Formats: sequence, C-alpha cells, structure tokens
Amino acid sequence: MNRNLVLGAGLTAIFLLAALLSFAWVPQDVTQMDIANKIKPPSAAHPLGTDHFGRDILSMIMVGARTSIAVALVAVGIGMGLGVPLGLAAAARRGGWLDEVIMRANDLVFAFPSLLIAIMITAVFGASALNAIIAIGIFNIPVFARLTRSGALSLWTRDFVLAARVAGKGAARISFEHILPNVTNLLIVQGTIQFSLGILAEAGLSYVGLGAQPPTPSWGRMLADSQTMVSFAPHMALFPGLAILLTVLGLNLMGDGLRDVLDPRLRRDRQ
Amino acid sequence: MLRFIGKRLVSLVVTLWVASLVIFLSLEVVPGDPAAFMLGLNAQEDTLAALRDELGLNKGAVERYVDWVGGMLVGDFGTSYTYRTPVAQMVLDRVQVSLPLALYALTLSTLIAFPAGIWAAARRGKPADIAVMGVTQLGVAIPNFWFAMLMVLVFAINLRWFNAGGFAGWDAGFFAAMKSLTLPAIALALPQASILARVMRSSLLDTLNEDFVRTARAKGLTRGQALWRHALRNAMIPVLTIIGLQFAFLMAGAIIIENVFFLPGLGRLVFQAISARDLIVVESVVMLLVFAVVLVNFLVDLAYAAVDPRLRGRR
Amino acid sequence: MTLLRIDGLSLDIRGTPILRDVSLSVEAGQIVGVIGESGSGKSMTAFSVMQLLPEGSVCSGRISLSGHEMLALSEDHLCRLRGNDVSMVFQEPMTALNPLKTIGEQVAETILIHERTSAEDARHRAAEALTRAELPQDRFPLSRYPHELSGGQRQRVVIAMAIALRPKLLIADEPTTALDVTTQAEILTLLKRLVQEDGMGLLMISHDLAVVADMADHIVIMRRGEVVEQGPAQSLLRGMRHPYSLALLAASDHVPDREGAPQDTPLLQVRDVIRDYPTPRKGLWGTPGTFRAVDGVSFDIRRGENLGLVGESGCGKSTLTRAILGLEEVQSGTIALDGAPVFAGHKPNRAVRRRMQVVFQDPYGSFNPRHKVGRLVCEPFHLLDNPPAGADRDRAIAKALESVGLSADDAGKYIHEFSGGQRQRIAIARALIIKPDLIILDEAVSALDVSVRAQVLDLLADLSDRFGLTYLFISHDLSVVRSITDRVLVMQAGKIVEQGETAQVFADPQHPYTQQLIAAAPQLPQDVRKLAHEH
Repeated sequence: MNRNLVLGAGLTAIFLLAALLSFAWVPQDVTQMDIANKIKPPSAAHPLGTDHFGRDILSMIMVGARTSIAVALVAVGIGMGLGVPLGLAAAARRGGWLDEVIMRANDLVFAFPSLLIAIMITAVFGASALNAIIAIGIFNIPVFARLTRSGALSLWTRDFVLAARVAGKGAARISFEHILPNVTNLLIVQGTIQFSLGILAEAGLSYVGLGAQPPTPSWGRMLADSQTMVSFAPHMALFPGLAILLTVLGLNLMGDGLRDVLDPRLRRDRQ
Repeated sequence: MLRFIGKRLVSLVVTLWVASLVIFLSLEVVPGDPAAFMLGLNAQEDTLAALRDELGLNKGAVERYVDWVGGMLVGDFGTSYTYRTPVAQMVLDRVQVSLPLALYALTLSTLIAFPAGIWAAARRGKPADIAVMGVTQLGVAIPNFWFAMLMVLVFAINLRWFNAGGFAGWDAGFFAAMKSLTLPAIALALPQASILARVMRSSLLDTLNEDFVRTARAKGLTRGQALWRHALRNAMIPVLTIIGLQFAFLMAGAIIIENVFFLPGLGRLVFQAISARDLIVVESVVMLLVFAVVLVNFLVDLAYAAVDPRLRGRR
Repeated sequence: MTLLRIDGLSLDIRGTPILRDVSLSVEAGQIVGVIGESGSGKSMTAFSVMQLLPEGSVCSGRISLSGHEMLALSEDHLCRLRGNDVSMVFQEPMTALNPLKTIGEQVAETILIHERTSAEDARHRAAEALTRAELPQDRFPLSRYPHELSGGQRQRVVIAMAIALRPKLLIADEPTTALDVTTQAEILTLLKRLVQEDGMGLLMISHDLAVVADMADHIVIMRRGEVVEQGPAQSLLRGMRHPYSLALLAASDHVPDREGAPQDTPLLQVRDVIRDYPTPRKGLWGTPGTFRAVDGVSFDIRRGENLGLVGESGCGKSTLTRAILGLEEVQSGTIALDGAPVFAGHKPNRAVRRRMQVVFQDPYGSFNPRHKVGRLVCEPFHLLDNPPAGADRDRAIAKALESVGLSADDAGKYIHEFSGGQRQRIAIARALIIKPDLIILDEAVSALDVSVRAQVLDLLADLSDRFGLTYLFISHDLSVVRSITDRVLVMQAGKIVEQGETAQVFADPQHPYTQQLIAAAPQLPQDVRKLAHEH
C-alpha cells in the first residue's frame, strides 16, 4: 500500500470527520461568548485554548472545517463540471474555432488570479462565502479544461479511437465512451490538488475579509482575528494555521499517492 | 522568429482588450448606477447628480468605455472619488512597493528552487532527495499569510531583527527599504519556491530518461555532465511555464501579504478602495494587475523561443 | 588480439534474470550480427558492453574490450572509454539528439570531452566526421538543428558522433529499424564502409535476419537471454542446427498457403482520388498553401483478392486508408464499394461502412484499456441498425474470438492480459464480427516478432479462405507483401507509380522507384530462402 496515500487519506479523513461531527456535537457552542474566559491558553477545559470572545478554539476549528471544505469542494465541482466538458469539446474539435475560443477564454481567465476575481465580485456584491466559492470556482474552470484537453488530445491520436470512428461512432460518443474514462485518473489527481488549493484560497480570502463573514466561523477569519494578539496569545494563531496546513498537506499527500497508484506508467517504473 | 513574436503580440493585445471589457462590464455596468452604488442608499439626489457629472456617468456606456481605455493608453487612470487625487499618481506610489516586493520574492524563490530541485533530481531516491521532497511538501501546504504571522512573532516580536510591519520608504535608503520587504518576500517566496523546486525536479527526472541523454552518456559524458549540458536546458521549458504562472500568484499573494505587514502597496490600496466603494480605483488597479500578468506571460513565451530553436522556425 | 570478448556474461535487473551465460567475440574489422526477437536480451548485451545499464543491474562474467576489463572499471574510467574506444548508435534517431543544440555542437562534444583541444579544432573535426557520415558541409552546415533534418539524416549525425574519434568498436542497436527501406540500405552501406575504412569492429543488433545476413561476418542467435547458436555467417545460415534458429529462419521468409483465387468482379473501386491538406500560411499575411497527399489515385480490388499497397512513410498511404474507410472526405474522385459510394452527400455512408473493417499496426494502442475484450470486440455492431443483444451478442463475440484461435472466456478479460500477437488476433476478431467483405490491414503485422508474424499471416490466409474475405494489405515491408498478396500497388508522393501481379512486379519492376525499393529491401540469399521453405 502506498505510504503517501495512507497518510494523506488519514489526515484528510480526520478533518472531514471533524467537520461532520460538528453538525451533531462540539465541545462548546461557538455562538456563545464567555468574556470571563477570554484568551485562555490551552487547558483541560479548552484543549486548544479560547479566543478573544472566550470561544473554544477546538470547536471553532471543527465548525470552520465545514466552511473550508464546503467552499473548496463546491469550487472544485464548478471547475470540473464546466471545465471537463469544455476540454473534451475542445479536443474533439481540435484546431477548429470552438477549440480556439475555449482556449483563448481559458487564457483570459488565467490572467485573473482568483483573488482578483474575488476583489471584483466583492467590490460590486459585497463579501460572502458564496462569492468566495464563485471566485475560486471560476478560476478552477480553465485548470480542468486544459488538463482534460491535453489528456484528450493525446488519446485522440490513439488507434482505439480510430477504431471507434471506423465503427461509426461520433465525436460526442467517443468522448464519453473512450476519452473520459481514460482521463479520469488525471482528473482525480488534479481534483485533490485543486481541493487543497481551494482550502488555501478560501483561508486567504477570509483572512482579508473577502470570504466568509462573521458569525460564520472560518479558519482564515480566526487567523485575521488573532493577528493583533499574536504577541501575547500565540495559541490563537497557531492552531487554525496548523489546521489549514495539515488539511492541505493531507490532500497533497493523497494526490501524490493517487498519482503513483493510478498511473500505470509509474507503476511499471517501480517494478 | 518575427512571426512568432508578432503572433504573441496580437494575442496579448486581444487578451488585454477582452479583459478590459470584462472589467468594465462587471464594475461599471453590472452595478447599475455606479454613482448610487458609490454613495450608498441615503445619498441626496443632487450629490448623486454631481458625482455622475464628475465621473462622466451621463454619457453612454460605450463612450465611457472608450474614454476609460483611451485615458489609460495615455496614462490617465481617472480621479479617485474618495482621495480626490489622480489614480495614476496613487498607483505609481504604490507600485514602488508592490513591484519590488514581487520581484524580490520571485528572485528568492528561483534562487532557492533551482539548486534544491536540481540537487534532488541528481540524488534521486537518496536522503537529499527525500529531505527536499519532505520540506517542499510542507512548503506547498503552508498558508503564506500564516507563515508571515509566525515570522513576525519570531523575528520581529521575539528576536527584534526586523520591524513587525510598515515600509521604510525608498528615501530611507536602499537597504532600509529592502530590509522592510525581506520578511514579506520570504513569506511570499517559500510556497512558490517549494512548487518550483518540485517542478524542476520532476521535469529534470523526465528529461534524464530521454534518449538524447543516453546518447550523451554513450559519448563519454559523466552522469553530472549529461545533466548539466543536456538535460537541464530541456527541463527548463515546463519550469518557465510555472514561473510565468507564479508571477500571477505572487501579485495576488502580495495583496494578502501586504495586509499582514501593513505595507502601502497596491493590495492595501485595493482594500481601502473597496471599503470606500471607490470603483474607479478598483477598476484601474485590477486592470493594471491583469496587464502585469499578461505581460509576464508574453515574456515567458519569448523565453521559450530563446530556449527552443524549434519555435524560432527554419532559417 | 581479440577486440571484444564477452565470456559467460549474466545480467540480473532487480532480481529478474535478463542474460544467462552469454559469450561472443568481435575482432577488429569484423561485423558481428546479433539476432533475436523481443525479450531475447540482444539490446541488453549491447548496453552491458557500454556499461550503460538501468539502475539495479548486476553483471557477472567477463567483458574485455581491447584489454580493459569493463566489469572491473570505475565509472570515471568507463567514461573515458565510452565515445573514445567504444561508441554506440541507437534505434530511434528522432529522439537520440538533443533538440536544443546544433549538430555541430553535439558532434564536437565527443571530441572535446575526450581531448584537450581548441573549440576551433573540434569544430573542424566535427565537420570532417559529418562529411564521412555523408552529410557534406555545403548542404548540412554545423549550425543545423536536429529538427531541420529527416530521420535518416539524424541517424547520420548520431553515426558521426560515434565515429568522430575513430573508436575501435562500434555498437549499433537496431540502427535502421525506424527508417524507410531505401534509407535503411544507405545507412547499412555507410556502416559497412566505415568498418572497412577504419578497421573497427561492429556489433550489430537486429531483429531482421535478412539485414544481418547481408552485413555480418559472424552471426549470433539469441533467445530468452541465452545464445542458442553462433558461427560464421555463411556457414551458419546454411547449416543451422538449433530448432529455434531453424524456426526463426522459416518464419523470416514465411509464405502462407492460400486456396481461393480472386474473382473477376471488382469489390472496391477507387477513381481519380485527390486529397489535399492545407499547409500553414507563409508569412504573417500569406495565403495558406495546400499539400496534395493523394494525387489522382485509381485502382480496383477484386472480390477475394489480396491487394498489397507499398510505399515509404509520407507517401500518402495512410491518407488513402482513411479516405477508403470513409473517415475523411476526398476533394475529388470517387471511392465505391460494390458500386455504393463511401461518402454520400458529404456524409459517411453507413451501409458501406459496415462492410469494411480495419486492423491497425500497434497491438498496444488499438484497444481502450478500460474496456473488457467482449465490449472491445463488438464495437463495430454500432454500425448495424439492429445489433444483436444479450445472448445473441455473446454468441457472436464467442464465435469471433474462436475463429481467431482464442477462447470464448477471453471476452471477460482486459486487454493488458494479452500478448502482442494475441492482441492482433483480438483486433482481427473485432474486424470479423460484423462479417465485412473487405478488411484493410494497415501495417497489421509490422510490429510483431517474426515467429508471431508468421502465425498471424497463416491465420489471415485461413480466414480469407473460410469467409471469402478481401484484403487490402498496406505495408512498408516488401517481404510481407510479397508473401501474401496477389497484386501490388507501389505508391510514391501521393501517386500510384506501378501496379501489377505481385510475382511479376517483384521479378521485373518497371518504374525506377519500384526498382530502387526492391533493390534496397534486404533479402536472404536465394539458396538460404530455399532452405527456409524446406523447414
């Protein structure tokens, strides 16, 4: 069994379970303020300490995981849902006007890093978690479109696709029957990478106030709140940051592990 | 060669043009009446009219777009509503912080990543490789603003080697200015260097498997000579692509990092403009950042041609 | 003194035995041919001499090269020998050169690595080496990049690099396998000339008995990592003893038995077909040009006939294949099967398409790795209006698989569970399943080892007799075309330059290009061929 995959999937599973558990139970209600117990370092009652409103940081991290995971997951969904069909279509009509339009549109989106998209959306509609999803999701579209297209282009030159054309199958049918199943490995690996980038991006947007708004707990906001207090309450900055680091690390390790397991070329190399 | 540059230039201009349309439409047309948007719900009708007049909002959208683009082409970015100063002047002040920061970070990341990536590839599977891969795995996963906060805690608050934030200004001397950009640049560079080192390593490993490296070895080159003379330049092509893409992320990342260190750069300007609902400033700064990203990618394309004779075409 | 002596060489790569007790020797000025099919270890023998083996390789035995014990030398010492005393030429010239450096730099590098000399002197000697490899400086200056050269020209650059320092031993690993027949002949002549001029030894690795028979003084036959038989070329060819050698000889010149004779009625009629492709525009505002891939081609295939189409790469035979299969429309001319056009109203004609099938060259790329064999084989059912379903479908799949010598159970397996030869059988089953009249065999046996190739050719002959099939046999390999076709077309630069009865064309070619092709094709000596047919 692949070590990266086990370690990565384990880390990811911990945060997924924490997020799910938070719907049913958290150590302390995160909407309850407890000013008497504010800015307490880790103790038996509060394993990760409390913040400037006396809220339990462990509970905040558990609930914040929901925001991070939801935003990143939906953004990957948007990227895949639109990017993959566009990439398949571009490859099926390679060199044609459709290919040209799709690739130029991709170049255009690449010129707007997700933060710029978020800035534009926020400037007009205000900040929210939904806008963060849209900004990250839009940026994911060209990533998946390019990946799908380049994977599909090399498959279109293969003889089995020619055989399907000889059998009278059209471009759409070939794309779904022969191309898509052979690019899913690429997509799964890229999906975990974009998922982890999405978590980083959401944290960044929330940190500068362009993402989730209070009272929705989010890791990025927790870090923003802790910034002025970092000199005397380092635990407030430490634990949310570690949560981001470990989740992203877990997803990246899982991506690497999946690539090794799924790519038959690498598998042969290892033998 | 000329044809290659010509084609790239055309695509650069088209991308910028479409980008300007997208920005204009989303910031000036989508919100409906920008004047009402900027002044908020309680604005008086006569203040609104005055603002519309000032911003030229009484003209049609097409005319406003042409004015905006035409103005930018001659360096006129309009006047900020909140600051009552020309946007061009504000941007110019801020670029003096943001651009050196991005270049500083890019230089650092390249200087770290190249040796690390080459070293790891040359020692594939050995402890050095495993160490580089482990460290870069962490570097990719770390949120840069959190890393920045930790560095402030350690190097500014505890060790007092650096200031916790703020910019000394270029008037204070080159080294003082660079010193205040150092922690931000490291924070920006670390994740980028990690990505770049990993790309460098895997690209080099791919190239080392190519037939022409085997040919070089058959000529009597050592493993090291084959790597430096034949594999490295071929491995640079994907690395260049990533450097180009990273520039976009550095610009974006700088917006966040400037907030950690209270640096008076473009990023701070954008956030001030958003909270003041100063659409003119947002519009111009976003356009400028897009221009920078597109320009860098154009330069990367030129670098491809410099590296790869196949792109230069037959003579 | 013997130049190269390999004694009891064994090689394991990460625990897998690759070579077992290989012994052979090469004298100065001698050409030793090593023959074997894939997996015979012939290339690994060559790489063992260079000591350029994959990681995890363990050699034992002795390799001594003009007094140097290669297995005992340090890496530094080996680097001093490589390129200087022993050089190598590889199979794939398209990827063997660094695309970012000029050919001059790459040839001069061999000199500069081994000798302390000026760059000017190295350039001068590089030019000389290239000229000796028949790349004269007026047409191929040192400043050329590899992408500006053809495959044959690139192979000459690799040879120039290898001989620049006049090594004592040259190793050539399938040096002409990736090249066209006429280029192959030129490169072989060049290698022979260099051996004579420099008195160097040549260790020539090949899968092609005819190539080696023509070149070598001494022949070594390998199989599964062992030498099965070796001896002086002339006597070995005429006095093989080992059953594997004899089987290899028989397979190299195999002629399958066929019964049915072609009828007089035409099945496929191709008339004045022209197919143009646009070429990139010249200059920024120039108009795009056109490239005529197929230029006024006309021919018939009679029912039950085996028609051969030969030509070198780029002659337009692949384009013609796609046009016949109705994958691309032609600019002018008609292609009709039994009078019905393959393209009707700018749309492929399904009624015609279901009567034609194709088998491709690459047994590894011809199948979607994610589908089971049953699903792969019945893909052409898509062309039928009422394809069989359920048990009928399974029966049809079983029948198709059984008719190519596989079992019905194979339908449930994935394609990676099969060998190259078995995959080619599955490809034939896929073509057979809708009972076509015409099967186009596009280099269908070119990627197979000779012994497997002979079996597949027999199967094709048998199927054609049983099902009354007509074949269009497209190949660059003249010996295959010669052995299985009734009639042959020779294609050059988009045109059919000669056509006629196969025996007639091969015995008395009329067009200069045909004459050149036939003269260039390596062939076993007449008396050896006779021996081959007796076995």
